[in-house]
This record gives sequence, structure tokens and C-alpha cells, in this order.
Amino acid sequence: MKHYVIIGNGVAAAGCIEGIRSRDKESKITVVSEERHIVYCRPLISYYLEGKSKLENMSYRGNDFYERMNCHVLFQRKAIGIDAEKKRVSLDDGEKLSYDELLVASGSSPFVPPFKGLDTVEKKYSFMTLDDALALEKGIDKESNVLIIGAGLIGLKCAEGLLERVKSITVCDLADRVLSSILDSDCAALMQRTLDKKGISFLLGDSVTEFRKNRADMQSGKCVPFDVLVLAVGVRANTALVKNIGGEIGRGIVVDDRMQTSIANIYAAGDCAEGMDISLGKRRVLAILPNAYMQGFTAGVNMAGGEMDHSKAIPMNSIGFFGMHAMTAGTYEGDMYEERGENSLKRLFTKDGLLKGYILIGCDERAGIYTSLIRERTSLDSINFDILKKAATTVAFSREERKRKFGGAV
Amino acid sequence: MSVDFIYPEFEVIRNEDRCIACRVCERQCANEVHFFSPERGKMMSDEAKCVDCQRCVSLCPTRALKIVKSDCALRENANWQNNTIKEIYKQASSGGVLLSSMGNPNPLPVYWDRILINASQVTNPPIDPLREPMETKVSLGKKPKKITRDESGRIVCSLSPQIDLQMPVMFSAMSYGSISYNAHASLARAATELGIRYNTGEGGLHEDFYQYGKNTIVQVASGRFGVHEAYLEAGSAIEIKMGQGAKPGIGGHLPGMKIVGDVSRTRMIPEGCDAISPAPHHDIYSIEDLRQLVFSLKEATEYRKPVIVKVAAVHNIAAIASGIARSGADIIAIDGFRGGTGAAPTRIRDNVGIPIELALASVDQHLRDEGIRDNVSLVVGGSIRSAADVVKAIALGADAVYIATAALLALGCHLCRTCQSGKCNWGIATQRPDLVKRLNPDIGSQRLVNLMTAWRHEIMELMGGMGINSIEALKGNRLMLRGVNMTEKELEILGISHAGA
Amino acid sequence: MKRVYVNEEWCLGCHLCEYNCAFANSGLKDMAFALKGKPIYPRIHIESGEKISYAVSCRHCEDPICVKSCIAGALSKEDGVIRIDRNRCVGCFTCVLVCPYGALAPNADGVMQKCELCLSNECGEPACVKGCPNKAIVYEEREAAV
Repeated sequence: MKHYVIIGNGVAAAGCIEGIRSRDKESKITVVSEERHIVYCRPLISYYLEGKSKLENMSYRGNDFYERMNCHVLFQRKAIGIDAEKKRVSLDDGEKLSYDELLVASGSSPFVPPFKGLDTVEKKYSFMTLDDALALEKGIDKESNVLIIGAGLIGLKCAEGLLERVKSITVCDLADRVLSSILDSDCAALMQRTLDKKGISFLLGDSVTEFRKNRADMQSGKCVPFDVLVLAVGVRANTALVKNIGGEIGRGIVVDDRMQTSIANIYAAGDCAEGMDISLGKRRVLAILPNAYMQGFTAGVNMAGGEMDHSKAIPMNSIGFFGMHAMTAGTYEGDMYEERGENSLKRLFTKDGLLKGYILIGCDERAGIYTSLIRERTSLDSINFDILKKAATTVAFSREERKRKFGGAV
Repeated sequence: MSVDFIYPEFEVIRNEDRCIACRVCERQCANEVHFFSPERGKMMSDEAKCVDCQRCVSLCPTRALKIVKSDCALRENANWQNNTIKEIYKQASSGGVLLSSMGNPNPLPVYWDRILINASQVTNPPIDPLREPMETKVSLGKKPKKITRDESGRIVCSLSPQIDLQMPVMFSAMSYGSISYNAHASLARAATELGIRYNTGEGGLHEDFYQYGKNTIVQVASGRFGVHEAYLEAGSAIEIKMGQGAKPGIGGHLPGMKIVGDVSRTRMIPEGCDAISPAPHHDIYSIEDLRQLVFSLKEATEYRKPVIVKVAAVHNIAAIASGIARSGADIIAIDGFRGGTGAAPTRIRDNVGIPIELALASVDQHLRDEGIRDNVSLVVGGSIRSAADVVKAIALGADAVYIATAALLALGCHLCRTCQSGKCNWGIATQRPDLVKRLNPDIGSQRLVNLMTAWRHEIMELMGGMGINSIEALKGNRLMLRGVNMTEKELEILGISHAGA
Repeated sequence: MKRVYVNEEWCLGCHLCEYNCAFANSGLKDMAFALKGKPIYPRIHIESGEKISYAVSCRHCEDPICVKSCIAGALSKEDGVIRIDRNRCVGCFTCVLVCPYGALAPNADGVMQKCELCLSNECGEPACVKGCPNKAIVYEEREAAV
């Protein structure tokens, strides 16, 4: 009987629990959860603000998950140190947990730049956790003017969530475009049109030089008054626990395809981990929910003595605002094929006979067919890529391949 | 030109409340009758192209479609009827021979419908087919005149090769080329499952169907298409086609556009070349020549397979049959004037040939009178439409019947009679791959099996009603039949009495 | 477990499966009333090329990537059948992003839907199979196709 300890209670942790239990129904699992909630779907916090998700529907695996999985959760406790030799985790209340296998799924934390005068702002919030969203909800009303720092995935989702509940929203970003981490100017412009139409104001290529209570002085010289401030500049992986004991760290905790860190019996998964991005051919933190789950599950299986690889990881995002969806995957290197419509843009990137990445805006149907080409590293010679350029369809595959896909159980 | 204009024969009636514009009718009509009009936002139809094949009607998920005969009528005239007038317009416009498909549709007498069957009652008890064994098996071929025994008293078995059938029905000749690969697959599989036979027609035998050879009759027609040694060997019997009920006196004609791919290969002629079968076999100009061909075929197959000679029912059919019976053939197949076809000149189809009922009765009687009835088995076709027709045919003297139109109806044919266009919407009389796909042999063969199974039960019911428990006892048993609505002469030729007499 | 399989050699591309699916999942009894005058959102769709067509619906994968990727935990596997909890789905399209078969698509109200084998509607067994005029779609158990 082993004792598995999981630091963190997000989707990666849930995946790990399911992975362990797929092989080992008996051993003890202890979860150390900094937050007070049962594992919930973090991306839903903006939908909660919007009113699309109800609190009771936000648990990731249902209210009886831990019971069904027979695991023990320590809520509102923090792991502060790991002793890799003695195989013990120290908690903030002095307790020490012994482990046979350990998963570090500590996620990430919002990065707060040292803005001048930030401490003068009364109503300032991050937008990371459910508790952040609940606090933000309490802080706004129909008359609020909200300033969001950061026009990335998190900042814009927050804007979408708040739109109908506040008076005005202004979003600012150092970059000259929205969603700068995944889109270039052309693509970002398409997304921005939708957001502009909804009345969200943007200050792009600009940043705050100083906060003075309810005003933000911008680099450009503008002065923005606001009632509520949301900081959504970016996140940093929580790597301290492993870094402090000499584990290999990049931007995240470095793991191999089996999710093992450089230290024996210690695994990492989720937003804190840095594994191989096969589209780029380099390691990268892929902070997206599907990856967190799959990494967690892989780690769990391996921790329980199984053999599993997570070797098809690529960045991929589906981000939509007010009905306009942008799907991105892989990397944007190689030759580009482009198709533009009035309200749509398709870009497919190929290199060395493989599909490396894509951007699909407003033309999202069956995008998964393209995604599978990237993940499976399917040779473009084996399919009719000309057909695929026009639309995502399995007709592009050979008859034998179609037989394999559709002719029997998969 | 307005003098050319013939009002479309059919109108498409669409129930607008029910139509959901799913466009199945549009996708499934090879004649391009239906189309979606984006301007009007609804489905429309161009009925000029409609042939009333009912494909759209059958597939419409909300039953919103109906095809009706147009009531835009020329003035009534018992002599110059609608069709007669329109045919002249067509010929004045095209200058060509009118072509038609399927059997003679004209209102000439259907004798099957004037013949009634007996049932046993008081003096002779009927037999219950659910409880008593009933024999529907038949063997076709030459039968010995008497039984001979050897010194030890054992019967000398010198039976010439036979066709053994589980029931007295076979699928008649329809060539590969006039009907599709999938239609042949359905017929072959059904014949095998039922223990009967199907006929290749004059298109040869596709290599994929050699596996069903035990249930195949291979035909040697005047064009000799697809005839080679392996072909003769593959079948369980060989049929020499002298004539066909739908077009007696002329040969077959398959237009070059249908001779593509496998059809061309199986017939052993180049692609795009018209497949014209000459009217006579050019090596059969007399009855003696026929005998020669019969024996050539028997020599080539080492006397292991029965040979059938198929003729159309024409004047003096009895004398013709007598000649064939003496030629060494094992089976005579007679095809009445109602027989179907893929394409035939309309005038020949509608005016040449005689009813199969009369032909059968006179042939059977004539052969009996000459004492040579046992030389051959008789198979008849040319509109056998039901189990009742089968029973009547056997009672008139047939050993078995051939069906073709009925088989195609089982496969989905709706008798729209435009086979010659090659755009059969049911995947039967076409070579277009997108249309041939519509006939799934899994479904087709199952439906044929269902049809024959049903007929077999009905035959047993009718026989049981007569107090007969085997086909043998029904054969030529004209006492079981009575006629109505017939002249003395007709009754005489059929050899049956009038009902009530 | 029985799944819906399409034999592409018999599919005629008639699209009846799409209409039967939309009707079966409409909750209404009259097909014309259910589907007339509006776009349909079937859970099975026809893919067609130059000479072929076939219908595609959820494969109910043994190892479903959609279930692993759903950000709302709305997709789950019950007795082998992959189902969507419509109350949880927020229409984020992540499942569309990952499904290699393109089997998921939104309904008129933006909530995701996919084939659930007609197990929870009036039809009881797959409507697409029932309504296919050429037996191209079948409902049976199969091993993995090699």
C-alpha cells in the first residue's frame, strides 16, 4: 500500500487522482489544497460572472469526487517544503506528510508588476481563482467603471464576464494588440472588431506609469478614471518547491514524457510544469486545461506503477468572445496558407511535410481534424492536403485511413 | 417549336405544409426534376423531366410528395388514343424508331386472370400445408421414358443432367449491361440462398460471380458476348437464346455509352462499341443447325450440363417446340409477348408475339400428342406476376417458370419504363456508379429471398387447397383449372373447361 | 458496446440521416413542424468528396480526448457512451478544438451537442440507422478496425 501525495487541487490534481485510481484502488491519496473549494473548473470563473455558469455546476468532477475516488483532502493548507531524501512534505501548520510518490501540481500565480501607487488603489483584484471572482463580483455594481490591465486570454475573458454587469470597461496592454501571446496583428484585429462592437475600450501599446487612488496615469499621457481595477498581466509558474531542492527548472518545473521531474519519485503536472511541445520541438509551459488533465493523468498512472507517455503535447486554444471564436494550435513557423473572408481568417502553417500549426478565426468547424494532424505528426503526403486547405474534412484522408478511423471501435 | 410540344405526362404535387426542404428529392433524382430555389426559399420541380419512378416519393421523410398523371388531356378518342397521337408527334420530331422498356402494356387479354383454380372440399379432402409435408422441388431436364433394371433388379440410373430446384421458379435472363452489377449480385445471392437459378442473360458472367456458378444459367445468345470455355464451365446449365418474348425476330441492342469498364470486359467487346446481337444466330439457319449447336455445347462441357433453348412465343410455337424437343435440348424455355426488356422497338414489343398461356398449353399438348413430352422440360415466362400465375402455369403443363419483372420489382423497380435512358433511380437498369450504389445487394438479395419464400408458401397453400402435395401432381393437371370470360376457341386451346361446366 | 458505423460504399449522400437525427432530438412528434423553415442542427453530418460520401458522428472513443479537455467537466463517459451535460456546457469550443473526427458542433442555442445513440430520446435506438434507405449506417458491435 503506497501513500500518494498531491500538492495542488486543480485539474492536474484531479487527473492524477483518476490516473492513480485506474491502476491502484487501494492505496492512500492525500491532496494538499491551498484553496477552500473542491476541485473546480478554473476557466469557468468568467462564465460565472457572466451568469452562464452556476456555482453548483462548476465542480470539475461533481461533489462526490473525492469520496468516489477514496482520497483525503486537506483544505486551505499550503505545502512549504519538500525533503526528497526523507520523502516528506512539510505543510504550513507544521504537519509533515510522508509520501511514496509525490505530484507537484502547484499551478501558477498572477504576476503583479510593481506599479507605482498600486497600494493606493482601494478595489483591486486578480482574476485567477474562484475566490478572486467572488470578491470581484462583490466589488462591482451597475455603475462601476472597470479598468483591466492585460488584454490577454484572462483579461479579455474577464471583460466578457463583466460586460453586462458594469457601466464601462477599459482594457489596456503593453502590446500593440489583443491576445498577443497567440495572435499576430491581422488576427488580433479581427477579434478586436467584435470586442469594439460591444463597447469595450482599448488602450493598446500603452501602460500605467502611476496609480492615484481612482485614476491611472498612462505612458501615452492619458488619464483613466476607474472604480474597480483588475490585474490580468500574466502568470508565473509556482516552481519554488522543486527549485529549492535543486530540481531542474526552466520557466516551469521540467518534466520528461512520463511527467517525472529530475528528482526521483517526484512528478509535476499542469500550469507549473514544463514538458515537450512537439510542434515547436522544445520544452514549454502549456498552461491549458486539456494539457493539465492529460499530464496529471499520465503522472498518476506512472506513479501507480504503470507506463504511460504524454508525448503529443502542443499548445492549443479555443477562445471566443460574444460568438466569435478563435482557434489556435501548434507553432506558426514554416509556409503559410491563408484564406480570408469578411469575418473570418484561416492560416495553416506547414513545414517539412507536416502541419505545424494553425489559426482559425470565425471558421472553427471541425478544427479538431487539423489539431489531430499536428498531434499525430501526420505526413501531408499521406493525405489530400488541397482538400483540407478548403475545409476540415476527413474526406482528405485515404480510404484505408478512413476505414481505420470509422470502420471499427476507436 | 410549338407543334413539337407534348405536355408532360406527370405532375409533381408537393404538400407545402409538409415539405421541410431537406432536398433528398433533389439529391436522389437522376432526371434533375427537383431543385431548391434560393430566391423563393422553397423546393420547386420541373415535371417535364419526371418519369414517375417514385424515388422521391419513397424517400421523402415527411411524405410531402405525390406524382400524378397529368390531367391535361387531348380530346378523348377511342381510336386515336393519347399515346397513339403522342407517338406520332415524337416520330415526326425525331424521325427515329420508338424505343420502349419493360413489357407490353396494352390492354390485350391476360389469360392468367381468366383462369380459376380448384379447391377440394367434400369428396377429396384438402391438405393442410402447415401440418403435412409439401413437395415444391422440381428437376428440369430430359426424363427417361421407362424404368430399366439390371440383372439384380436394381434400377439403372442413366438420368441425363438435371437442374434441381427447391421451388419451380427461376430468375430469367437479364444481361449485365442492361442491369447493374449490384442487381446481378442480388440475383446471384438470392438464387443461391433459395436453391434456384438465375440467368446471366447475353452480357456474359462477371468473374466475381463465378462463385455462384452452381446456381447460374449461362446464356449463349446470337452475339455470343462473353462466351468462352470457362464461361460455359462456370454455369450449371447453358441456355441458347433463340428469341425473347418482348422482341421476337430481332436481336438485342445495348448502346455504346453503357459498354464501359467491367461491362465491356465481361462482354469481350471494346468500350464504347454498340453491343448489337444479330436477329438470327448466324450459324443456326435450320433446326438441324440448332441440333449441331446444342451438341457442340454439350461436347464442350462433356455432357455434364443440361442445355436450354429459349424461344419467343410466336405463331406455330407448337411445331417449333416439337423441333427443339427432337434436337437434343433438355429444356425448352418459352417467353410470352408480355415479357420485359431493357429496350426494344415499341411496335415490335406491342404487336409481335402471342400470350404465354396459349403458347404453353398448345406446346404441352402437342408434345404429349407426339409422345415426346418427356424429352424436355418446359419453362415459361413473360409476365408471371404472382404465386397464382405460377400454379396456373404448372397446371397448364409447365415444369417451372421464369420471372424477371417481378424480381426487379422486388429490387425496387417502380416500372416507370424508362430503362433505356440509363438513369434508373433505383440502381437497377443503369451503369452510373452513383446510381448503382443505390441497390445494396444485402437489401436486394434479402428482398428477393423474401418474395420467393412468400410465393413458395402461397404455392403450397394453393396446392393444399386442391388436395395436391407435390408439384409433380400439379404438372399438366388441367382438370384443376376452369376458365371464365373466354371463347370456346380459347378454352379449347388452353385445354380447360368453362367454370360451372 | 454497439456503435453507429457507416459503410461508405453504400452511402448515397442523401442526408436523410441528418434530418432524422434533428427530428429525433427535437422532442417533437411532427417532423414537418419540427424542421420546417429553420436550419437543422443534426448530430451526424455528411462529409462528401468527389465520388464518395459518408456520415460522421461521435465514435464514443475508448479513450475520449474531448472528456479530458472539457473545461467545464460537461463531457463524461457513462457505460461507454460519451454524454454532454447541457447545463454545464458554456460553449467554449474546446471539444471542437480537439475531436479528431469533427463530431461535435453547437446547437442553435450555442450549447455543444453530439450523438448520444438516441438512448435518451423518444427514438430509443439511433434514428440515423433506422432512416437510412440503403443500409449504409448500421448499429452493431465491432472490434478495432486494423
